[in-house]
Amino acid sequence: MNAMAGNYTTEDGRKIGGVMMEMRNITLRFGGVEAIKDISFDILEGEIRAIIGPNGAGKSSMLNVISGFYHPQEGEVWFHGAKRPSMKPYQVAQQGIARTFQNIALFDGMSVLDNIMTGRLTHMKTGLLSQALWRGAAEREEVANREFVEKIIDFLEIQHIRKTPVGRLPYGLKKRVELARALAAEPKLLLLDEPMAGMNVEEKEDMSRYILDTNDEFGTTIALIEHDMGVVMDLSDRVVVMDYGRKIGDGTPDDVRNNQDVIDAYLGVSHD
Amino acid sequence: MSETKSRSVRDKDVHSLPALLARNVAQFGDKAAYREKQFGIWQSWTWREAAEDIEALALGLLIKGINPGDHVAIIGQNRPHFYMTMVAVQSVGAVPVPVYQDAVAEEIAYVLDHCGARFAVVEDQEQVDKVIEVKDRLPAIDHIIYVAPRGLRKYDHSALSQFDVLQEEGRAARAELQSELDARRDALGYDDTCVMLYTSGTTGRPKGVVLSNRNIIETSKASAEFDHLKSDEDILAYLPMAWVGDFIFSVGQAYWAGFCVNCPESTDTLSTDLREIGPTYYFAPPRVFEGQLTQVMIRMEDAGRLKQWLFRKFMDHARSVGPAMLDGADVGTWDRLKYKLGELFVYGPLKNTLGFSKVRVGYTAGEAIGPEIFDFYRGLGINLKQLYGQTEASVFITQQPDNEVRSDTVGIPSPGVEVKIADSGEVYYRSPGVFVEYYKNAESTASTKDAEGWVATGDAGFIEEGTGHLKIIDRAKDVGKTASGALFAPKYVENKLKFFPNILEAVVFGADREMCTAFINIDLTAVGNWAERNNIAYASYQELAGHPDVLATIQSHIEEVNTSLASDAMLSGCQIHRFLVLHKELDADDGELTRTRKVRRAPIEEKYADLIAALYDGSDSVSTETEVTYEDGRKGSIKATLKICDAKVADVKMMEAAE
Repeated sequence: MNAMAGNYTTEDGRKIGGVMMEMRNITLRFGGVEAIKDISFDILEGEIRAIIGPNGAGKSSMLNVISGFYHPQEGEVWFHGAKRPSMKPYQVAQQGIARTFQNIALFDGMSVLDNIMTGRLTHMKTGLLSQALWRGAAEREEVANREFVEKIIDFLEIQHIRKTPVGRLPYGLKKRVELARALAAEPKLLLLDEPMAGMNVEEKEDMSRYILDTNDEFGTTIALIEHDMGVVMDLSDRVVVMDYGRKIGDGTPDDVRNNQDVIDAYLGVSHD
Repeated sequence: MSETKSRSVRDKDVHSLPALLARNVAQFGDKAAYREKQFGIWQSWTWREAAEDIEALALGLLIKGINPGDHVAIIGQNRPHFYMTMVAVQSVGAVPVPVYQDAVAEEIAYVLDHCGARFAVVEDQEQVDKVIEVKDRLPAIDHIIYVAPRGLRKYDHSALSQFDVLQEEGRAARAELQSELDARRDALGYDDTCVMLYTSGTTGRPKGVVLSNRNIIETSKASAEFDHLKSDEDILAYLPMAWVGDFIFSVGQAYWAGFCVNCPESTDTLSTDLREIGPTYYFAPPRVFEGQLTQVMIRMEDAGRLKQWLFRKFMDHARSVGPAMLDGADVGTWDRLKYKLGELFVYGPLKNTLGFSKVRVGYTAGEAIGPEIFDFYRGLGINLKQLYGQTEASVFITQQPDNEVRSDTVGIPSPGVEVKIADSGEVYYRSPGVFVEYYKNAESTASTKDAEGWVATGDAGFIEEGTGHLKIIDRAKDVGKTASGALFAPKYVENKLKFFPNILEAVVFGADREMCTAFINIDLTAVGNWAERNNIAYASYQELAGHPDVLATIQSHIEEVNTSLASDAMLSGCQIHRFLVLHKELDADDGELTRTRKVRRAPIEEKYADLIAALYDGSDSVSTETEVTYEDGRKGSIKATLKICDAKVADVKMMEAAE
């Protein structure tokens, strides 16, 4: 089984397809600082791909390049076999890429339900006027979207907070609501920026279960950044390791665990 | 056909739940039989639709080779699917065995092994995993059926089916299997097994109580008539399906009277669902009523001054005249008027918030309920009553009729039930609901039920003169003597302690000892709220439990109980001399409580032997390490140093001297 080639079946029976997204020689600079230096890797259809590395390695920048928030000075992003032109984030979202944020970005004053409904925005076609009047097509569309959102609520088991304002929720639940909003967009590719940050063991286990189930039930391809090595190694099919903006490892969790550069940079050598 | 004629036909011919189902389809075909909230909307099944779904599942079970007499374990939370499964299982001549869904794999293994279950119908991946985990030890298990497919797609499906897929298969095979199903359904008799329920077992291994169709239907009929239950009742099914009460309310009575069973969306949405449904017939153990009252009180403390004043004013009035009005006693015009005003401002909105606006009959049982709590709900005009029952009795032994409701008795014998008190003080009963036997346990059956059908309850009690009401003191085997020969009734004292909102659980020791002592569990909701109000910071349950102010409060509660015990000549020896506040909540996962949250004395005494020793050797504090089991079955341990406090004991010498 060659994990790099794509089109294989994992041990637990999931089908991994061909290349979905390819990063080719990406370099990203902020003034004189090179956040990402000449990095290339790909994301396969249906896999869970992790990006790991010490603080300041450039992981979040990488995610922002994928989501179209940053535009790299050099290199190309290929999506579904075509080179992606420079895009605004909303255009990227329309292509089927959704994300969550490291520092939760929800609307605090709105209910959980309304927050998740905003995730359906890219699926709403009717105009402003008909939505305001809420007749015919607009009404049907809203009902259909609500139905979809209710399925997500059921999936993530947050029925009890449906009507609760997000600002009143504890941290772990906010994270789950954010995942719900991203899922409401029915993404082909889901980007998760530190989904477990600040969580206790039990919350981490729950979140891991939801990530695996998302991948399994909806076939969503997932790219995630995470600090917790245990979680990363358990969840991911393949891992990219970054250090100081460079790629120092790429492969299955076992490959990465045994890579001496990775051990030196991140896993083994103490920094004090 | 006239209504009376159809009634008489139905009363004589229904000797099984599937037969009752057919009757209900004929009588109320288009009325809702089940409702469940899903995807934010209440979905319903009419009796006709339910019957169709049940039949499809029964046919599916036939395809899988189910035999008459097979046992089918049912593991899940209250959902129409599982209630329908029970009837489908009966339709093919098999026996449903509901199992506590939060039980760990070990407990499930014991039950499944003991009944030799061939099939298991379960909720989701979590339950499937539990059964698969212990499957090696269960040679009998043939097939697992699950309701929620999530996460299970990749599992080996050779011995696994999805609920609705199996129903589809059943529908497709109707032509060839219908006659077999009809034959099995028609063969069901009044003395065939209806259900097997495992008792939670405060002592030893759980026992499988076999209840026949006669037990269930006769009991349902009598109790439905007692409270005038009709086909337009609504109940909310949220208590464990493995508990006999849920079986009687949500299956027996629901099928007999033809009313609708509503299932909540999830355990966390219970209060919202309760409000939306507004049940007319409601059951809850005392702790649920306690919990709700605590919530109300906490929220009232956050309310504005005017609201607080209104609440206090009218609740005082409700307590003083409400219960009497509910009992139909004569109350003055001015009081009536004031009560009406209170209904408008306080009682009505409060009942609506609690979901009790439409409750016509409410029951509590299982434990003693605090008189203040009882009066609070009755004061609001909620017809809350008490009953006393057991799995072995198909629930009902005694219950309180309307207008004869008190907090300190459990009522008069239910219709058809005879009650007698043995010389030892133990309560015995005999009724049509008395169980057939303990499954594969003739010895226990013989020691519990005598040849004439009298069953020992294991509880000590007496019948009050004049009113005929039964009063329960304690478990018969727990009632003992202290070293000085005084009567020792731990449960009686524990209940008195638990009536304080700050105390969640108490365990009293003292049998054959020179004095009584106690373990206390604080109620985190009540004490935590108190701490917040008083700017007391705490990082953990353990820290809060050990706070000096908390200990002082608990001490004052204990001393209050001591004073009240001292006034009772029989029980004055049960006063608590020393106590400690436990560093962890007693938990069913640790084997300290039963699944219905009753204290299991022997395991606690064994596990905390060091703490008990410290209570009696006069030391001021004790260091200990306790093993805890997490929800997923892993184990950990917590260390703590606990302070042991002395409580003042009220003087009873005077009384002794007088005797």
